[in-house]
Amino acid sequence: MAAEDMAVEDTRTAAQLVAELPDSPAVWCSGLRKRYRRRTAVDGVSFAVGRGEVVGLLGPNGAGKTSVIKMLLGLVHADAGEVMVLGRPGSDPLSRARVGYLPELFRYQPWLTATEVLALHARLARVRMTDGDSRDRLAAVGLDGRAGDRVGGFSKGMQQRLGMAVALVGSPELVVLDEPTSALDPIGRADVRDLVLSLKEQGVAVLLNSHLIGEVERVCDRVVILDHGRVAAAGTLAELLGRREVRLHLTGVDGRAEARLRAAGEVSGNHDRYTVVLPAEDDGTGVPRLVADLVALGVGVHAVEPARISLEERLLGILRAGHAGEGPR
Amino acid sequence: MTVLTIARLTVREAARRRVLWALVVLTVALLTLSGWGFSKLTGLDTEFGDLTSGQARLVASQLLNLVMFGLSLIAALGTAFLAGPTVAGEIESGMALSLLARPVRRSAVLLGKWLGLVAVGCGYVVVAGLAQFLVVRWAVGYWPPDPAAGLALLAGQTIVLLTLGLLLSSVISPMASGVVAVGLFGATWVAGVVGGVGEVLGNEGVERVGTVSRALLPTDGLWRGAMHAFQDPSALATMGADGSGFPFLSEAPLAVPYLLWALFWVAMVWGLTALVLARRDV
Repeated sequence: MAAEDMAVEDTRTAAQLVAELPDSPAVWCSGLRKRYRRRTAVDGVSFAVGRGEVVGLLGPNGAGKTSVIKMLLGLVHADAGEVMVLGRPGSDPLSRARVGYLPELFRYQPWLTATEVLALHARLARVRMTDGDSRDRLAAVGLDGRAGDRVGGFSKGMQQRLGMAVALVGSPELVVLDEPTSALDPIGRADVRDLVLSLKEQGVAVLLNSHLIGEVERVCDRVVILDHGRVAAAGTLAELLGRREVRLHLTGVDGRAEARLRAAGEVSGNHDRYTVVLPAEDDGTGVPRLVADLVALGVGVHAVEPARISLEERLLGILRAGHAGEGPR
Repeated sequence: MTVLTIARLTVREAARRRVLWALVVLTVALLTLSGWGFSKLTGLDTEFGDLTSGQARLVASQLLNLVMFGLSLIAALGTAFLAGPTVAGEIESGMALSLLARPVRRSAVLLGKWLGLVAVGCGYVVVAGLAQFLVVRWAVGYWPPDPAAGLALLAGQTIVLLTLGLLLSSVISPMASGVVAVGLFGATWVAGVVGGVGEVLGNEGVERVGTVSRALLPTDGLWRGAMHAFQDPSALATMGADGSGFPFLSEAPLAVPYLLWALFWVAMVWGLTALVLARRDV
């Protein structure tokens, strides 16, 4: 009996240990590589999307964003690297059981009605979907009046809306949206933003690839910036945008004053206009001290403007810095 | 579950895209024309005098093979052009992306598509073939000796061609795959006729053309087996050795090893398609 009690206790302890384990990330990938003939599309990309986290994937055209997304979903085979989706290896189709996906190239069976497309995806995802669920999904993307119409008669924008509804089939735990607003009007873009925010509220992880940086800035917790198939920068918006700048209009700047400016942070600009990027650990006293020192050095201080950079400026800065060493091609 | 879902989707596509309607219209035209032609056979006044009922049966049996060839051609063209856009077209258009991102195995999707196409192709062959038999029976009272085996072999020929169409569609563009599948089907039939001529002439080299082509693509071999099941047994005795060169006369029933080879061929080509599709980036 004692041995049996110990076995039961061991099982309880093991179950408790497993229950206390942190959830695996919604997406985790490491060292992803992909070559298309001679061109390297993805070169050692690693990142993770936590459960319930909204992550933006940014980068210029041809940076490898769509290739990365397709590798995560098993649509493109990686030459190297590992993928885990919702705790399962990416090579296992079941890893995609609770994943919704809106591809960049969205196209659905034109001979089916919108309701039939949703029913098809529900069957493939092995989830039950009632007529009411189907109506709700279509209503959520503004297609409630077109449920019985064939997809062949839909405009591109309506097909993209249908794609959003398809991505939401079966209460997914992870939704991957690849350029979800490319065919949408401003109202459609706002609808998608609201939808992503409502997914965030429900604790659904979202990986969002979009060129609309303003939208990404509004909805994403974290951003991964890809360039030339590599991760050029990654972090929370606070980490990426947390840098504060101060713009200065100065006259009479000599070597000593320039050295003082450089001591305050990364300096750009010339003649009498300078921009100083303040270090993240700056406690708010850096600017007054800098101004006082500059005045003491005989510099004429005409204007001091605090500034916060936008994600767009930060993205362009990262991409330009990455391209600066390449020279003309 | 995935297999049946995709199979149903494939059949529904054929129906909704009016492929089935096109097949029905073509077949009704063929049946009407053949019914009219067969009805003129009895009591036909030729330069040798009126056809006896035996002669009429013989001619009817040969004409039936000719018309059935027409039906098999419709089935072959239909399935080849249905199979062609299936994989390549859906990947090109992007339709495959949202489908394959579901928790499905690509081999299950392929099997579903294959089963759907088999249902459409074989269903067509059986319904149209039976309708043709009834028309011939009504017109001249001829009923083929082994209609079930003949239709099964004709369905087999359709399966071979659609399996080839699927393989081609997973490696080349949709349009090219349909064209190549139909081209190969026609080339194999011509090679079979050339082989028959070689047999009549006693030229082994020419005869081998037919044998080799029948092994490479079993459509013609299965078609010849089907013809044997449709034709009147007296046809061979009447036409003798010279008849072996005639494209709508089959000398012997299908050998079991050849049937097994055809089954193996279908399994092999299907397996190759599954392998290609599993490795393909979409």
